Amino acid sequence: MRTFSVFLCMVTTLVGCRQPTEPVVIAHIEHVTATEGNQPVTQVATRRNQLKFPQQLSEYKLFQGRIENLVPAKGVVEYDLNTPLFSDYSSKQRLIKMPEGTSANYEETRTLDFPIGTVIAKTFYYPIDLVDPSKGRRLIETRILKRTDEGWTGLPYVWNSDQTDAELSLTGANVEVQWLHTDETPRSNTHAVPNMNDCKRCHLNETMEPLGPTARNLNRDMQYEHGTENQLTNWTRTGKLVHAPKPDDAPRLAVWDAPSTGTLDQRARAWLEVNCSHCHNPKGPARNSGLHLAADVTDMYHLGVFKTPVAAGKGTGGRSYGIVPGKPDESILLYRLETKDAGALMPEFGRSLVHEEAVSLIREWIESMPTIDAEQQIKVSLRL
Amino acid sequence: MLRLLCKFAVLGCMLPLVGCSQSTSTSPVQSGAKTVPSEPLSTGDPKPKVTLIQPGAEAERSAQEALILAEKGEIIEFAEGTFEFKGTLSLNGVPDITIRGKGLDKTFLNFTGQRAGSGGEGLKIKADNFTIEDITIQNSPGDAIKIEDSNRVAIRRIRTWWTNGPDEKNGAYGIYPVLCSDVLIEHCVAECASDAGIYVGQTQRAIVRHNRAERNVAGIEIENTIGADVYENNSTNNTGGLLVFSLPGLKLKNGAHCRVYKNNLYDNNHPNFAHKGGIVASVPPGTGLMIMANDDVEIFDNKIHGHNTTNCAIVSYLIAQRKFQDADYDPFPEGIDIHDNSFSGGGKSPQGEIGKLFEQVAGLPMPDIIVDGINNPKIEVEGKLPEKSRIFISNNGEATFANLGIATVLQGGKPTITRDLESYAGKRAPLEPISILGVN
Repeated sequence: MRTFSVFLCMVTTLVGCRQPTEPVVIAHIEHVTATEGNQPVTQVATRRNQLKFPQQLSEYKLFQGRIENLVPAKGVVEYDLNTPLFSDYSSKQRLIKMPEGTSANYEETRTLDFPIGTVIAKTFYYPIDLVDPSKGRRLIETRILKRTDEGWTGLPYVWNSDQTDAELSLTGANVEVQWLHTDETPRSNTHAVPNMNDCKRCHLNETMEPLGPTARNLNRDMQYEHGTENQLTNWTRTGKLVHAPKPDDAPRLAVWDAPSTGTLDQRARAWLEVNCSHCHNPKGPARNSGLHLAADVTDMYHLGVFKTPVAAGKGTGGRSYGIVPGKPDESILLYRLETKDAGALMPEFGRSLVHEEAVSLIREWIESMPTIDAEQQIKVSLRL
Repeated sequence: MLRLLCKFAVLGCMLPLVGCSQSTSTSPVQSGAKTVPSEPLSTGDPKPKVTLIQPGAEAERSAQEALILAEKGEIIEFAEGTFEFKGTLSLNGVPDITIRGKGLDKTFLNFTGQRAGSGGEGLKIKADNFTIEDITIQNSPGDAIKIEDSNRVAIRRIRTWWTNGPDEKNGAYGIYPVLCSDVLIEHCVAECASDAGIYVGQTQRAIVRHNRAERNVAGIEIENTIGADVYENNSTNNTGGLLVFSLPGLKLKNGAHCRVYKNNLYDNNHPNFAHKGGIVASVPPGTGLMIMANDDVEIFDNKIHGHNTTNCAIVSYLIAQRKFQDADYDPFPEGIDIHDNSFSGGGKSPQGEIGKLFEQVAGLPMPDIIVDGINNPKIEVEGKLPEKSRIFISNNGEATFANLGIATVLQGGKPTITRDLESYAGKRAPLEPISILGVN
């Protein structure tokens, strides 16, 4: 039952007269338990009802057959990324649907330039057993990014308990989830579905845009019905992508956990790029920190090496520099990944669990950095 | 002699070129006072729409939905009572919004037990022409209210605090506008932040007035900000009462043009409860006013008393003993004028690493006003700073003074302390007031 109702009050009676400077109350949300089916009629509710976004995920017609099987409909392309964002061990299916007869323009560094009308859907689910996906899964949420002539919009849809559809929830949700982890231990978590403003936390830099489908992150093989094919090649061959070079001539991000795809440095930098650089870039919301974590950053100071924190507060973990080469346990960067403290963890949004495997990777990476022997001599000592 | 220091500064950084460059501060007049925004701070809409949020189980969802669907010019009003939040409450991209309560002693937004991974802040705002008034924000795991990338921001009569008292587990900042322009903070109360109660960071033009800051590590901190008027505030029982800092490695660098006047800073002797690593962790307990590396600061008509380390310290970033690599960063405080202030009862028992260092150099009681004596050798002419880069100290009653001469210490020598104010005589041209359209 919804506890959400309303009353409209007469404009002048309540507030307006008593204090002439007080603005007029037009609508008044009261939290009285409403009778079932009694829809709220506040100005906020009116706006919600007037939204032109589909209320149900099924309205996007992304799937064929039973929706919970997540089988892409004709013309909907499933894709995979070299290094994905960590989201509390959830699994994800990624789909893209461009209007028929349109294609994306290749971009070497930015997100591919998708045509107006494009819908990107990322469905989050938890397999019952991370080791054995055949045991089934629970669908939690699907995040939609839709491009209109006004730009990209992010919309969260929450799957119902029957798993028959997902409903638009502007304010997100918290969903209790359980799974059997890779080490066979049972795990549980409160999975946070972002609200509509939260989408902008990561996706809004100068403009709102998708983060995953860059050439370098898409440049990998994918299993298609007809067999394995590089995604850039496949998209080009099927007319979904134009002006793309051959995969060997396009940039390629390492797979963070596959040593055959890159050096330790490349894999660590790939993980940091995907998990951090949407905020930590010179134009992003975390630019106030001066810490820039995209894979192409060459300035080691801005990457964190011997860089003092700016507004980290307790996020320093008592450590003095972002990265101290050779000393992961003196590096704030690693502390931020290892902690679960709500006011100190990074990424600050979308992670509540520790990505243990990534922590090992970043630890190894910092350990491998040459210790600067100057460290001792450059320490300013105020001898008297 | 100071060349040696400069060499030292180079060594102290990862790469050369540091600390020796000319000051690159933007002209304060161009960047600080003269440019005014094209729109006033408040909308002046005589009949704005109001959405009223009542406490209750649905309040978090209702409030967040109201902010997502807010329309330009709207007021989101929280009724009297306490509102519980499990996530950050955010506004993004809708201009001319006011969030208000029924009074900072009547409406409470409480963030105890916020779930990890939902942001950490209490409120997070990215919206132009934003106003927040008459409300208390408490117990957020991160900052109480962070306002970023927003132009024209008014923060009035709000309180930010952590109800358990000073604790290193508290969020970093209470009131925290960053990367903003034209910010007004007035009649607010900020308490128990593990970094700064009121923190204006990397902002152009701010007015901070008539606020009270207590039991924070830093009461009020102005950092890497171009153009700030900080006046008629009360700051007491913090580790440091008022800090004006300029830090390396940032885009808006070389904070400048700050007027600090008619403030009452007293008994800021609280133990430092900041996590080590952040710059405020270096602030010695018992610091009234500290200017670090900021240029063009005018300090006048303040009452500063009862600080165990020192009432007023003017220092370079080098005193923090931290590495940096930022060729355009100017670590030296220049163009400072301290005049017509009243100082008393300070310096009895210096605290912290820097405080102890000061004490070893100056002895007890510590003088009311100290400068570290570390200047930029690159701009000195015949051993003297040019007029615009000097430090002026005049007409501060009985205030005692010392130049700690720490420059020589940095070279391994003994400090050359001087207590003579003669070479600090005179006055700089007064800084222009900060003007924000719509703010009287």
